[in-house]
Amino acid sequence: MKRLVVGAHYGLRDWLAQRITAAIMAVYTVVMAVVLLNNSFTYNSWKALFAQGWMRVATLLFAASLAWHAWVGVRDILMDYIKPDGLRLTLQVGTLLLLAVYVGWTIQILWR
Amino acid sequence: MASASAKKIRPKYLSLPALLFEIRLPVPGWVSIFHRISGAWLFFPFAAWLLYLLDTSLQSEQGFQYVKTHYLTLPLVKLGMLAFIWAYCHHFCAGIRFLFLDLDKGVDLRTARITSWIVILAGLALTAIFGARLW
Repeated sequence: MKRLVVGAHYGLRDWLAQRITAAIMAVYTVVMAVVLLNNSFTYNSWKALFAQGWMRVATLLFAASLAWHAWVGVRDILMDYIKPDGLRLTLQVGTLLLLAVYVGWTIQILWR
Repeated sequence: MASASAKKIRPKYLSLPALLFEIRLPVPGWVSIFHRISGAWLFFPFAAWLLYLLDTSLQSEQGFQYVKTHYLTLPLVKLGMLAFIWAYCHHFCAGIRFLFLDLDKGVDLRTARITSWIVILAGLALTAIFGARLW
């Protein structure tokens, strides 16, 4: 039997991961909207907000969710529109690197 | 037989004018393609831009004042922010609609069209609300 080599079992996992990360980000978004509406937007209140432990952890969780979510989404877009294999692979690697930079940058900002 | 039909070259009619003016998407199609476009924008450049703003505003008092009283008052920056807000709100609303579709809720044509309009209008309304606060 001839089989096509097109990855193994990552379809369902990514589909589920994208939905779980979406739910995490949605909750963070609603919480953030409420928090920001009650913030006076001075330097001290802004800094105090991101100095809280729960806020740092929640924001890091958001960044990690975003990275995974964006990886699934951007990879889908690249698979749909970029046909030359070499170019697509390059862009996919670039996407992963950029997402890693985002997460690293977030950690740097939060724990300075 | 399957391979023979696969080899047959079919005429494609996907010129740019055709894509722009002749092929018309149904409303749920617009929600879908905007979800994709807004998602791509949020990945880049908006995520990087927001990290830059968070970084600068948390770094020092001067950085915070610079962002608040100068940077965010520039017309081009405001326009960019508006685009970001729309992309985020539309992606958020359309995403919630897709989660319901996953659960087989609202898949019949009538409901799908109504919820599509709700998503498009909600995205624009939220953009107006948050945009007004920014101004």
